[in-house]
Amino acid sequence: MNGVHDMGGMHGFGKVVAEQDEPVFHADWEGRVLALMRAVLYTRAWNIDVFRDSQEQLPAPVYLTVSYYHRWLLGITRSALERGLVEQDELDAGRTLRPARPVERTMTPAEAGNAFIRGPFARTPQGDARFKPGDRVRTVNIHPAGHTRLPRYARDKEGVIAAIRGCHVFPDSKAAGKGDDPQWLYSVVFSGRELWGRQADPTLELSIEAFEPYLESV
Amino acid sequence: MSDHDHEHEHDHDRDHSHLCDVQLRVRALETILTEKGYIDPAVLDQIVEHFETKVGPHVGARVVAHAWTDTKFKAALLEDATRAINESGLFDQIGDHLVVVENRPGEHNMVVCTLCSCYPWDVLGLPPVWYKSAPYRSRVVMDPRGVLAEFGVTLPEETKIRVWDSTAETRFLVLPQRPAGTEGWPEERLAELVTRDSMIGTRLAEQPGARP
Repeated sequence: MNGVHDMGGMHGFGKVVAEQDEPVFHADWEGRVLALMRAVLYTRAWNIDVFRDSQEQLPAPVYLTVSYYHRWLLGITRSALERGLVEQDELDAGRTLRPARPVERTMTPAEAGNAFIRGPFARTPQGDARFKPGDRVRTVNIHPAGHTRLPRYARDKEGVIAAIRGCHVFPDSKAAGKGDDPQWLYSVVFSGRELWGRQADPTLELSIEAFEPYLESV
Repeated sequence: MSDHDHEHEHDHDRDHSHLCDVQLRVRALETILTEKGYIDPAVLDQIVEHFETKVGPHVGARVVAHAWTDTKFKAALLEDATRAINESGLFDQIGDHLVVVENRPGEHNMVVCTLCSCYPWDVLGLPPVWYKSAPYRSRVVMDPRGVLAEFGVTLPEETKIRVWDSTAETRFLVLPQRPAGTEGWPEERLAELVTRDSMIGTRLAEQPGARP
């Protein structure tokens, strides 16, 4: 979706301010939210693409003003409600009011190591890769209301295939509940000039990781 | 202080005032998910501990230092970083589909995720706040030299800037240039020069003797 999360090339957010000696978490609850996310995704009640989409669907002013892990909490809560893992009256009461729905699996302390590193996103291809390194391509001009990983600044732009990354889960499909729909993934390089016009830094080259449906032959 | 800084602090304070409320919401959600058997608090403890104590930039720094001293490993790392790291036997196994990109004289790499906060957790730990923030995500793709200046870095005008936007599940780690004057150094000492920011590309590796 054309949301405020898609920030590449926007003006008005000010300087980058790095915090000295930044802690991993700024409060205990931040760590709990991060761990909750990992443990809940392990149940397969939803997935990383739905998780990202749930944050993108937040009202724009909320997305921009709450802190990072607060935004995660809002996203997790939204998905938990949508999938019936919790109900609003339970959240209000702070305790369980009705029985649990079944989930595929839950993580035990013995399996916690599985939460530390992520499983592969590579999948068996549905066909041959359409492009090869060196091919010139143009990104599609799309404006879906749902989740996509093609940023606005890189739509309808001409670039070159720099690498094939394999065949991966297609987030646009996965977030919409339509399955993995594996697609070839490429690094596509653009000149700064192609993206930003005459004012571009002449030494800039930028790549995105683009799924095959985002690309057309030139 | 500019107007923007005021606004930033104001927003920060406003969120801060919600902190107690947020804490309660987190507790309520964790309690219900635990009571229903979806999660185990002991697992959450382990996950938090992992990210607070086990992974962090020290992992990536060891990978970089090893690449600086072992040309075969460096070649393997640039070819397929996940495989090179996992087959070296020197590091904990990683799950990220990792791509290592090399800074060279005349070419400087920078990594961003404009759409969210994708970052190579397995080798750098969790990202700093600035990496996830709107200023960095919005600007580095368009004005990388302006961003570098805010980190105190000025590169020669002719140096090519190569920005990698992490828009899929591939993760990027910058292999910074080895500082001059470090010939013969052991890996442990080299690793101390490799900062987190140098592996994101917003700074260079530290010069020997730059820190007291």
